[in-house]
Amino acid sequence: MSRTHVSAVINGEPTDFLCEPQQTLLDVLRDELNLTGSKEGCGSGDCGACSVILDGRLVCSCLMLGVEAEGHTIQTIEGLATGSTLHPVQQKFLEHAALQCGFCTPGLLVATKALLDRNPNPTETEARYWLAGNLCRCTGYDKVIRAVMDAAAVMRGEKSA
Amino acid sequence: MATLTYQAPTSLQDAVRILAGAGGVAKVLAGGTDLLVQLRSGRVKPDLIVDTKKIPGLIGIREVEGGFVIGAATPGAVIGEHEALGKAWPGVVEAANLIGSTQVQGRASLAGNLCNASPAADSVPALIAAKATCVIVGSKGQREAPVESIVIGPGRTSLARDEIITEFHLPKRPPRSADAYLRFIPRTEMDIAVVGAGINVTLDAGGVCRDARVALGAVAPTPLLVPEAAAALIGHKLDQATLDALDAAARKACKPIDDKRGTIEYRIKVAGVLARRAAAIAFERAGAHR
Amino acid sequence: MTFIEKKSKLKVVGTRPIRPDGVEKVTGRAAFGADLAMPGMVFGKVKRSPHAHAKILSIKTEKAQALKGVLAIATTADFPNIPSEEAFVGEGPVNFRDLSRNCMARDKALYDGHAVAAVAATSEAIANAALDLIEVEYQVLPHVIDVEAAMAPDAPLLHDDLFTQGVDPKPTKPSNVAKRVHFELGDVKAGFREAEVLVEGTYATQPVHQAYIEPHACVASWNADGQSHVWTSSQGQFMVRAYCAKLLAMPIANLRVTPAEIGGGFGGKTLVYLEPVALVLSRKAGRPVKMVMSREEEFRGTGPTSGAVVEVKLGAKKDGRITAAQAVLKYQAGAFPGSPIGPGCMTGFAMYDLKNVDITGYDVVSNRPKVAAYRAPGAPIASFAVESAMDELARKLGMDPIALREKNAARDGTKAAYGPTLKDIGYVETLEAAKNHPHYKTKLGPNQGRGVASGFWFNIGGESSAAVHITEDGTVAVVSGNPDIGGSRASLAMMAAEVLGIPVERVRPVVGDTSSIGYSFMTGGSRVTFATGMATVQAAENVVEQLKKRAAMIWEISADAVEWRDGKAYPAGSNAGDFEPLSLEAIAAKSAKTGGPIGSEISINAQGAGPGFGTHICDVEVDKETGYVKILRYTAVQDVGRAIHPSYVEGQVQGGVAQGIGWALNEEYVYDAKGRLENPGFLDYRVPVASDLPMIEAVLVEVPNPKHPFGARGVGEVPIVPPMAAVANAIRDAIGIRMPSLPMSPPKLRAAIDKAAK
Repeated sequence: MSRTHVSAVINGEPTDFLCEPQQTLLDVLRDELNLTGSKEGCGSGDCGACSVILDGRLVCSCLMLGVEAEGHTIQTIEGLATGSTLHPVQQKFLEHAALQCGFCTPGLLVATKALLDRNPNPTETEARYWLAGNLCRCTGYDKVIRAVMDAAAVMRGEKSA
Repeated sequence: MATLTYQAPTSLQDAVRILAGAGGVAKVLAGGTDLLVQLRSGRVKPDLIVDTKKIPGLIGIREVEGGFVIGAATPGAVIGEHEALGKAWPGVVEAANLIGSTQVQGRASLAGNLCNASPAADSVPALIAAKATCVIVGSKGQREAPVESIVIGPGRTSLARDEIITEFHLPKRPPRSADAYLRFIPRTEMDIAVVGAGINVTLDAGGVCRDARVALGAVAPTPLLVPEAAAALIGHKLDQATLDALDAAARKACKPIDDKRGTIEYRIKVAGVLARRAAAIAFERAGAHR
Repeated sequence: MTFIEKKSKLKVVGTRPIRPDGVEKVTGRAAFGADLAMPGMVFGKVKRSPHAHAKILSIKTEKAQALKGVLAIATTADFPNIPSEEAFVGEGPVNFRDLSRNCMARDKALYDGHAVAAVAATSEAIANAALDLIEVEYQVLPHVIDVEAAMAPDAPLLHDDLFTQGVDPKPTKPSNVAKRVHFELGDVKAGFREAEVLVEGTYATQPVHQAYIEPHACVASWNADGQSHVWTSSQGQFMVRAYCAKLLAMPIANLRVTPAEIGGGFGGKTLVYLEPVALVLSRKAGRPVKMVMSREEEFRGTGPTSGAVVEVKLGAKKDGRITAAQAVLKYQAGAFPGSPIGPGCMTGFAMYDLKNVDITGYDVVSNRPKVAAYRAPGAPIASFAVESAMDELARKLGMDPIALREKNAARDGTKAAYGPTLKDIGYVETLEAAKNHPHYKTKLGPNQGRGVASGFWFNIGGESSAAVHITEDGTVAVVSGNPDIGGSRASLAMMAAEVLGIPVERVRPVVGDTSSIGYSFMTGGSRVTFATGMATVQAAENVVEQLKKRAAMIWEISADAVEWRDGKAYPAGSNAGDFEPLSLEAIAAKSAKTGGPIGSEISINAQGAGPGFGTHICDVEVDKETGYVKILRYTAVQDVGRAIHPSYVEGQVQGGVAQGIGWALNEEYVYDAKGRLENPGFLDYRVPVASDLPMIEAVLVEVPNPKHPFGARGVGEVPIVPPMAAVANAIRDAIGIRMPSLPMSPPKLRAAIDKAAK
């Protein structure tokens, strides 16, 4: 099968890659670009472990072909921190023990960032419904939601980090 | 091994030409939230994927003469953010926004939801109740068709192999009109509808229904327009007798199956329940108590 | 080992530091099973039977072999034909012959999804295409899924060499009933005669999958001299090593297993599926082979826990004292024997002090994936039945459900029905805390109800190794042999830091591979904080003794004149000498001169694991028209002994509750008439999502386990035991209907409501 040359901006960096038509964006991130932070939990868009932000929108990278990335901007978990400074959502997840095995965590963090970028003051219910597409089997979501609400408060400037 | 080709035409003509000339199985790609799942599971094995997202006009929402034109490949999230559309057609918007997760909403389109032709598609009953039409372009030219004419069976549409939907039209609304869509799922999110009910009403100043359309999803091989259920509403206020008549008409129209999401008996009962509840919301939105 | 009674003396244990492996996990850097790439690596895929029950007549691989890019094909012919051999491994027995045949079918496919062949190729796409080219000739046989159907005398037989154990006289005809077990105490017949109130019920549960979000994944590299390396997501690198060595008849030391970070296990990764296959493919291909399961393969090909039918009968006096308890439990084992029928039988009544008990259990095979452990294996099923019956008993007696349980509660000195005398337990404390919790007093509205249920799990100890090494700058490395599935690295570092008297940030824990640390039994049975913690503490105490000796050398005094406090060596009293305290760093800097590296590795077989108890309160609201159940509020009280890191203990409780709620409401396998799984994915296998649940309040009661240096008990498994009955009891309270069959999904509720209305 012939491979297509694709150019996109990934985590702020112009990135080129080759891929076959049937490869998903998730396949490309993990297998071609070595960005293994995004995970495959189901391959069918039901678990959110592969979540990335495409042109500012939260999407499942397993539901996009690699070739569809041409000309677009993508942010993955690897682009969340700034150098060695963690993003407030990452910091709050750690402080609230909002992860156990950590496998769903990259997807949850990306989804949380997408939430707070769009709605800086979500209610608990709004946060839960926004994150319904991110399955977690370890935490029961309790500490995750607490971390999200706390990170939101920090990002609104209502409390110090 | 089958060779898969991907093309992303930048004009409607090119897209139609490619589809018309395709030798094997060609699939149209908008949001991809159904197609990629089916590719992965092996349920579809296309030779060609035609991506419509680069065609001008296929993504975006315009107000035209009091009505709305929605590009066929517009993601649900964009539909959800359009304030005027949400005010005029809250039922269509909430139905579209029920498809999948937030991630799926970032991509999923009305055309994809319709043409995937699942009996349980969420946006379709609401579009049918809204009397929406779609503009279809193929090598024979352009035509406009009511949404309820598109799905002809599970997984099958009335579109020719070289036709694609380019946009959806929602008509201008008379005053005191509103729609609502409800679905039942076992969890709070992430499930395919067990039953879906879309209701669209126009009331008069006294709160009496003057026009109505009722559509049900997931209770028949295709989404159902139920004229008898509408007839139960027209000429009435939404009192208990009307609700009971609506419930009965909705239940009577169902031809569901037993499957892993619900039994026949259950679907029939819940169709009645959702029809009542959706009607209450639609009437309320239309100003029944103003 | 000193047991530290007073919590107030602890400086690190009981606090909530950020976990040492946390930053890697929130940045996506942590390496899970599928994240590794080895040079020259190729890709393996498994061909699976589409039939629930079939003889495999032939397998033709020539067409697949001829496909460009295919490097190797494996079938049963590539696996040694090992004899039936059972090993007792902690929470249940393993039969290696059955395990081998589960990894690769021998002459029969026993479930839809059973592995029948495997391919290694230069790309996943080629491997998948090659699977389609492998021609398997099947003779389809009648199949049986349901446990009682499988027990029927005319049921299709899975194994013609399976004769029911535990019945007398020994059967001459093979059966699907692998085993019958029986536990007895006192005289139930007399007990029932004594009873003034009787309650009877039959309860059914469906198989449910652990549904860890990370699918099984491994990379195996077989070298030409037979030495091999496996990188895998697993709950036990030593288990993987032992099982692969056994299944492939290779010397154990030839295999080195490195544990990847593990994305959830819950018992489902306490055995092997892919690793032996990957090793065989690697051997044949001459290249490292990566194998990753798809989600569909997880559901079709890996073990859920049993589905079951449980009959319970309780007899009690009007004052609530239970005079007799009887249960018959029938558990599905899947394709090979080995359901958790034993633990199921042993745990159902374990919360209660009973004089007369009779429990019978059956382990039954049927044409579905071989059952694997799932968090407190067997107990949630038994407790669903018993705790539902207890609720009915409370209603019949007009007693508050917590009061009924208090009346019959197991306490210190109670002899459990399954044998041991329970000591230093905290069940009554959980009942007390639940009763006094504000949740229990809040008012409910229409169609709302409240349910209470209790649970028990033994928790185990077992073999663990841990090493504590002082580095040259006085920071500390802790190495253990247990994959971290719940925050154990943090706990181990905290316990070591407590003993050494230093800040926890100066103690860095890692999980070692099988060549880097002594043997450790797998992570499971809620044992790591207990057993590996014990080993870590012993190693740290050993290190403290060494540090004292080194200080003594430096000061030229006797070693018994040195004390260790707050991370420093002090002369013990003014007679010992007037020396400035020596810090860990100072002693470390001089270690070469005082005798060499300072460190200790300890291997133990930890005894004295304390059992755990929980009592849960659940509020629901039922939509009677749709049958939808909303969980309004949930409080889970659990005796945790001592919470080493309270956040991660709370996390275990909350996670177990969420799984129990999913089990109660929506999770199940749906089979078609041909025995094929219809819902092998997260769309229709419905685990709870974030919007399905409220906050889950975890109340930690601490009745210390004196056998552990800090009083810890295992905590991970107890929380999944009560929820199904808690939810069922809440539904009963809300709408007056007992749901005896799981899951309590909306269609079933609506049908029950309509039936009751007639």
